[in-house]
Amino acid sequence: MTARLRAPGLHRGLIGAALGFALAYAIVLPVRAAQGLHPVLDGDAVTIVGLLSAPLGFLFGLGAFDYWFYYLTGRPTRPEDHSGHGARSWKDYFRVNTDHKVIGIQYTVTSFFFLLVGGSLAMLMRAELAQPGMQFVSTDGFNGLFSVHASILIFLFVIPVFAGLANFVLPLMIGAPDMAFPRLNAVSYWMLPIAGLMMMASFLVPGGSFSTGWTAYAPLSTDQPIGQLFFTVGVQFAGASSVATALNFLVTIITMRAPGMSFWRMPLLVWANFSTSLLVVIATPFIAASQFLVLLDRALHFHFFDAAQGGDVLSYQHIFWFYSHPAVYIMMLPGFGIISEIISVKSRKPIFGYRMMAFSLLAIVVLGFTVWAHHMFVSGMQSWIRIPMMITTAIIAVPTGIKVFSWLATLWRGVLHLDTPMLFALGFLTMFVIGGISGVMLAMIPVDIHVSDTYFIVAHIHYVLFGGSLFTIFAGVYYWFPKMTGRMFDERLGKLHFWLTFIFFNLTFGPMHYIGLRGMPRRVADYSQQYAGWNLFISLSAFVVGASTLVFLYNMVSSWRGGPRAEANPWRALTLEWQVSSPPPIFNFDTVPTVVGGPYEYGVPGAVHGVFRKPGEVRPPTPAGGGATQVARE
Amino acid sequence: MIVIGLIASAIGIAVALSIDWFPIAGSTQAKKVDTLFDVLLIASVPIFVFVEVVVLFSVWKFRMRPGDELKDGPPIHGNTLLEVVWTAIPAMLLVGLCSYAYVTLRNIEHKPKHEMVVNVTGQQFAWSFTYPAANGAAKPITSTQLYLPKGKSVKFNVRSKDVIHDFWVPEFRIKIDAVPGITTHYRITPSRFGSYPVVCAELCGLGHSTMRQTAHVMAPADFQAWMQRKQAQASKAT
Repeated sequence: MTARLRAPGLHRGLIGAALGFALAYAIVLPVRAAQGLHPVLDGDAVTIVGLLSAPLGFLFGLGAFDYWFYYLTGRPTRPEDHSGHGARSWKDYFRVNTDHKVIGIQYTVTSFFFLLVGGSLAMLMRAELAQPGMQFVSTDGFNGLFSVHASILIFLFVIPVFAGLANFVLPLMIGAPDMAFPRLNAVSYWMLPIAGLMMMASFLVPGGSFSTGWTAYAPLSTDQPIGQLFFTVGVQFAGASSVATALNFLVTIITMRAPGMSFWRMPLLVWANFSTSLLVVIATPFIAASQFLVLLDRALHFHFFDAAQGGDVLSYQHIFWFYSHPAVYIMMLPGFGIISEIISVKSRKPIFGYRMMAFSLLAIVVLGFTVWAHHMFVSGMQSWIRIPMMITTAIIAVPTGIKVFSWLATLWRGVLHLDTPMLFALGFLTMFVIGGISGVMLAMIPVDIHVSDTYFIVAHIHYVLFGGSLFTIFAGVYYWFPKMTGRMFDERLGKLHFWLTFIFFNLTFGPMHYIGLRGMPRRVADYSQQYAGWNLFISLSAFVVGASTLVFLYNMVSSWRGGPRAEANPWRALTLEWQVSSPPPIFNFDTVPTVVGGPYEYGVPGAVHGVFRKPGEVRPPTPAGGGATQVARE
Repeated sequence: MIVIGLIASAIGIAVALSIDWFPIAGSTQAKKVDTLFDVLLIASVPIFVFVEVVVLFSVWKFRMRPGDELKDGPPIHGNTLLEVVWTAIPAMLLVGLCSYAYVTLRNIEHKPKHEMVVNVTGQQFAWSFTYPAANGAAKPITSTQLYLPKGKSVKFNVRSKDVIHDFWVPEFRIKIDAVPGITTHYRITPSRFGSYPVVCAELCGLGHSTMRQTAHVMAPADFQAWMQRKQAQASKAT
């Protein structure tokens, strides 16, 4: 028993969390006593320190830092031997594992759990908004609902679910046996439940959950009950997870490509994750900074954003949006990658303009950092900044347009297999164009001045993140489901799910453009009578969207348990992940593949992307990162 | 297909323009913003229709027929001319739209020769409006409702006492944040009699959705009478 508790893992992690919380008391009590503060035992102060120390204790207990301790104390270190790879039963998914395929599934399933949480909060909001006046929740409770809804869906669904899908697929696609840093990969995953539980737990604390929106504008956020800090600190863990994964992807892509996999032979999903990871690594520290400043203001009265003490209120928004605008592309570029894969395979044609597709991703990365202040056209910042920001915002539509037109050209004269992944891809294409067009409208300063902070914005962001990102996520999950689980999903339920979601998504969010232009502000628990009819209509449609998710869940769970066995390559795709069994072998490739051509050579007679030589013909598999580049030079 | 696309675009534009998207235009600025929006609609609808027509046409024409399960499409890798065209045309369109938006912005923010000033202060969860002391009056006038004369340019100086608010009258089309520590401003010229809601558009706490007051646009003579009545009240109170 004690051996089990001393071994790294979840048991020791929970003990570590408890010790971490005890440490919070051990730090706070003496400090407060020494300072002569009353009361000495202050729940707020202990909670703040505990929010940081308990999760760190959990990670220590989990074994995240064992290697360093062995190294520091001069004991023999234990290099990762991959002995824990693979999942033999469903219970293995609840244990610490360093296999990218297990982590990918852990990531994806955890994220979908948070999709259900965030979606349920949206259902509660729509119930309250179905009629004017207050029915079910208080105004503050309502502010809490939309704040947690947005935070959970952004930081714990869209961003990590893309990381999860890529975690599973990307090493397979580039012919690598695992990610570059398997243990870092595991740590990145285990920081997610911490952030998610923290945000959900905020409902339980005195004063209720954080209720300042996912934007948490100071000085409102520096003057809130303790629930606010569950966002402030939760974001740190979600952000750290994101940065660690992004670094892992970058190193994996740069150093672990199979022989022959040059950058210009990489599938576009790999390009998309390469671009996204660049964005994450550069931008995410800015939101961490913005929230640390709020934390210091709230907990230790630093006055960063207190105008009466010489603080600068607008600087919060500049720092926040310097992350949060690129974050929009962090939530979109991996989806572009998924769509490129699916549209090419399901149209049986090479992707149109492969190099321009890759270059436009990089263009979006660069331009994405030059547009942040378009969120601040009415913020009272210097007025001249608005003009360059309008121009860059409009220009970013050009690379995005290149991608949309290239997908259309890929469809042209293809042989379209209109199954569930393809339907979601086409649904994405049509919905994302609306989000893009309303985005260009919002770039135009005079229009933005009228519609910012209205339901027009709510409509725009949901056309981009729901009609855009979520449709690509559904497309990707259906597309790789056979590879991840070794089972086929139910095609009829998949189509039902698509049509329900597609139709009622539009009925829910389409009218929001209109009521926003008519003058309904967002983030309100109550509204004037003139919007009552449309709001009832929107609420009823939203409930059907919610119900359609149950179809998806049933399909996934029942197919995973008892669906027909999937072949290795049910879609006849060329990329490497489909050249191994479904699910893939524990170390991905029994023989290292050699890439000999582009990833999308459909219709070219006899074209292959990768070949598997017999073991005798090539050197034995080299350790992670060791051999790929040398072989390419030979 | 091109004909279908053109017809669908024309119908789409007609439908889009026939919808009354905006609330009543209550200021001279409002009409310019509405026109800009209409221009954006006219530019956007054909792009949307183009994408939809290509997708629907492809689904109808190129979908897999029974027996085609193992067929592939032609290996078309790209077309430089086409790629240049769909980079250049949107770029030019966007430059045009940005220029027009810039002209509109200059127009709606134009500073007139004569204007009156109203100081707007936001706090959780109410607005107050202060009219600076003018011609002989001893004290500024403060009101919880906004009164404005029709046809006269007004400059609002917007401040906040606590957190960020946003001063918005949808019928005037302009909004600006009330930011602690700085004074923000905008100008409008009311152009229509009536009472319009004053809305706080920036989340400011638990009473955010109740932070609503009314703006009354009245004839200049009525406005003068209201000012004098308020001044009389103010001097009586002291």
